[in-house]
Amino acid sequence: MDMIKTTIDGREIEVQRDRWALEVAREMGIEIPTLCHHSALEPYGACRLCVVEVTKGKWTWLTTSCDLPIREGLTIRTDTPAVIAARKTALELMLAQAPDAEEVRQLAEQLGTKSPRFPDRNESNACILCGLCVRVCKVVTGKMAICFSNRGTDRKVGPPFDRSSDECIGCNACVDICPTGCIESRDEAGIRKIPMLKTELKLADCEVCGKPFAPIRQLEHMQAKLREKFGDDFEAGCICPVCRREQTAARLHNVAEKIG
Amino acid sequence: MTVKKLTEPDALAKYRDSLVASSDDGKPCVLICGGTGCRAGGGLAVGDAFREVLEQRGLTEKVEVRMTGCHGFCEQGALVVLKPAGLLYVRVTPEDVEEIVATSIEGDGVVERLTYREPATKKRITRESDVPFYANQQRVVLADNGRVDPTNIDDYIAAGGYGSLAKALTQMQPDEIIDAIERSGLRGRGGGGFATGRKWRSARNATGQPKYVLCNGDEGDPGAFMDRSIMEGNPHSVLEGMVIGAYAIGADRGYIYVRMEYPLAIENLRIAIDQATQRGVLGENILGSDFSFNVKISRGAGAFVCGESTALMASIEGLTGEPRAKHIHTSEKGLFGKPTNLNNVETWANVPVIIDKGVEWYTSIGTENSKGTKVFSLVGAINNTGLVEVPMGITLREIIYDIGGGIPKGRPFKAVQTGGPSGGCLPENMLDLPVDFDQLTEVGSMMGSGGMIVMNDHTCMVEIARYFTDFLRRESCGKCTPCREGVLRMYEILDSITAGRGKMEDIDLLEEICGYVRDNSICGLGKTAANPTLSTLRFFRDEYIAHVKDHKCPAGVCQALTTFIIDEKTCKACGACLKACPVEAISGGAKKKPAKIDQDKCTTCGACREACLFDAIMT
Ligand SMILES: Cc1cc2nc3c(=O)[nH]c(=O)nc-3n(C[C@H](O)[C@H](O)[C@H](O)COP(=O)(O)O)c2cc1C
Ligand code: FES
Repeated sequence: MDMIKTTIDGREIEVQRDRWALEVAREMGIEIPTLCHHSALEPYGACRLCVVEVTKGKWTWLTTSCDLPIREGLTIRTDTPAVIAARKTALELMLAQAPDAEEVRQLAEQLGTKSPRFPDRNESNACILCGLCVRVCKVVTGKMAICFSNRGTDRKVGPPFDRSSDECIGCNACVDICPTGCIESRDEAGIRKIPMLKTELKLADCEVCGKPFAPIRQLEHMQAKLREKFGDDFEAGCICPVCRREQTAARLHNVAEKIG
Repeated sequence: MTVKKLTEPDALAKYRDSLVASSDDGKPCVLICGGTGCRAGGGLAVGDAFREVLEQRGLTEKVEVRMTGCHGFCEQGALVVLKPAGLLYVRVTPEDVEEIVATSIEGDGVVERLTYREPATKKRITRESDVPFYANQQRVVLADNGRVDPTNIDDYIAAGGYGSLAKALTQMQPDEIIDAIERSGLRGRGGGGFATGRKWRSARNATGQPKYVLCNGDEGDPGAFMDRSIMEGNPHSVLEGMVIGAYAIGADRGYIYVRMEYPLAIENLRIAIDQATQRGVLGENILGSDFSFNVKISRGAGAFVCGESTALMASIEGLTGEPRAKHIHTSEKGLFGKPTNLNNVETWANVPVIIDKGVEWYTSIGTENSKGTKVFSLVGAINNTGLVEVPMGITLREIIYDIGGGIPKGRPFKAVQTGGPSGGCLPENMLDLPVDFDQLTEVGSMMGSGGMIVMNDHTCMVEIARYFTDFLRRESCGKCTPCREGVLRMYEILDSITAGRGKMEDIDLLEEICGYVRDNSICGLGKTAANPTLSTLRFFRDEYIAHVKDHKCPAGVCQALTTFIIDEKTCKACGACLKACPVEAISGGAKKKPAKIDQDKCTTCGACREACLFDAIMT
């Protein structure tokens, strides 16, 4: 494994070549704000909050750290005036873009961004187009139920062709990953509703307690995935997380008693 | 027609000799421009008329009719050139053809009325090579564009085509080829001006198979048609360059990325690929060697951002055309994650020339750090709209005045924008700037892919910045915050200034945001999006201030800030403005009574000012 030396904020360390600068810096205890980054996903480089100042030879420039592989001869600073100014402007632009995004508001406050000098672009909007929902759906869930459409300032997130889509299994991964909480999901009378995706899916009832807990389509998707791995006769069962936890606890309890 | 495959390099030379031997140099040939501009001007119908008339007169066997690619002098289309005499006829219609055949093919006269008349001297010029538009150019890449029939590979071979490929395959090692391209100083013609040889070398040295060689024919700059004309008019020159490059890099497959708005380019490339494959200069075991290279056409949907290298590769892969960070170069991880080398159409077309004529010859053209020629599409307020090829280092003045014939109606020059929508606008005192990659960048513009837009004194520079920023805001892919949100805010400020709502502090904010967008965007679109604004702020700041402080648009373009008045002393009461006014706001203008504008009715559209023959209408 290629180990190379690099310097971040004046501290020299040895790291594996091609590791992401953001991750290395965070491991060193350096704080770098991010909004479009998630450790389960490949770097994307959209929010531009993670900017750092990089020097190589006689060149110095600003660049994002989430998608910067550490290579020979790089010196990185995360706290220069140029870095701070760039982060503040990014937040100012995002605040005007998505005035309802609480996460952005808090970050802006921390960094001391004033209220934006631009008019609000959308009323009551919290989406900053970070793309985490789009990427988690594709990469982790293995579906393409939520995607970008249009270009430039018309860019938006929604279901394919703006219609309710069979791709959506109602797994809520997009809801959970969204940094600004702008995708709503609720379970009502045995139905999971995600209005932004025009999704309405029937929930399956737990075999044990009888309460509805997860979309039938999601369970089918998981079953199919598990069968790919464990063979065609694998049965996942239809037990809600609460009951499953209780069953496991009971089993553990039994084992513990046996061992004494 | 069954085509004999050439299975050894020598066979190519022999085949060419046989083509040359069987052709008769003295045989009359009618070269009709089949470029898109001339087609719009009826070029195809002119071609049909020639075939018909020649048939009627029993001349079909004796005279060749050849549809070629763009000749470049689009302003004067449809163009017809008669060989061997080299006569040029302009604005030819099918009705003119009988007379041309009778006078200049059957006889040896000239149809005077169809010759080119130089606007400045009003002199008629009969021979193509004497027309200043052509005489002042140096055509290296475009040399065969108006000569060969792009749909017939034999034309290209007869002109020496694929000779460089044979030379490369037989006499040069891949490293030697890369070495030659490096020493030639060839820099990418797609905008960045990156050293081509160096790029090839890193793709050659990269580990991983397969390797890809790509051609960027996206050409998203509005008003630009350099690459289009090369792909339409001489597609084999691009293919030959790509095959040589692939051999040097060690790639066995590639794509040509062309936008769907270029149907003729796609059609001619497709024909060229088929013919080249049949001839054995493309595909498996090229010219009998053990080198194979296959190329496919990938059609884009016409987004400006898809010309950016990583977005282009995403688009070929079938994904959304969005750029990604290039900390890891595409020569290492490009298309489908494999080592990839991307070059622009014109860059590829330079390659056979360098291999053929040699590094020494090539480096004798151009400036110290920009070698060879550059093709520009010259548009805007210019007499000779068209496609021009000039040596690097030529001045803007020479291009605009000697080749372009200056500004129509003798109006004053105001600015020229080089580099497409994200280029900068340069003022009059820069006219003597030598045009090369570094000089243009130094003054805040860029070479770009070669768009050149000339503007006269009736152009408002704030409005120009607003216009291009609007284009870029729409064409931003929307992925990263600086480009999507920042360019929008730049546009909003420019829009408010042109609408008369600007404040002085807006100009400072505008500059601040420009700097942020330039330094923080993912790709070249955002990094250069501030150029139109920053360059006009640098060279035409007074005009911004006039809009904000004096509430006046000095050029008389921004409607909210313009009042037109007619100078009574200058007005000759000719009535031209009355006819031009769409809202009947002008009265008088006859019987020696000067015209007068009713300001309540006037919509400040400026039609009267353009119509006035005496410059009597002022702001
Ligand atoms: C927004 C944007 C649009 C571009 N459009 C084109 C284009 O239309 N044609 C082109 O050849 N290069 C274009 N480029 C440049 C390419 O990214 C790339 O640098 C070029 O194709 C490399 O080839 P070259 O080295 O031969 O110039 C564009 C770049 C950006 C940032
Ligand atoms: S975290 Fe790096 S750009 Fe968003």
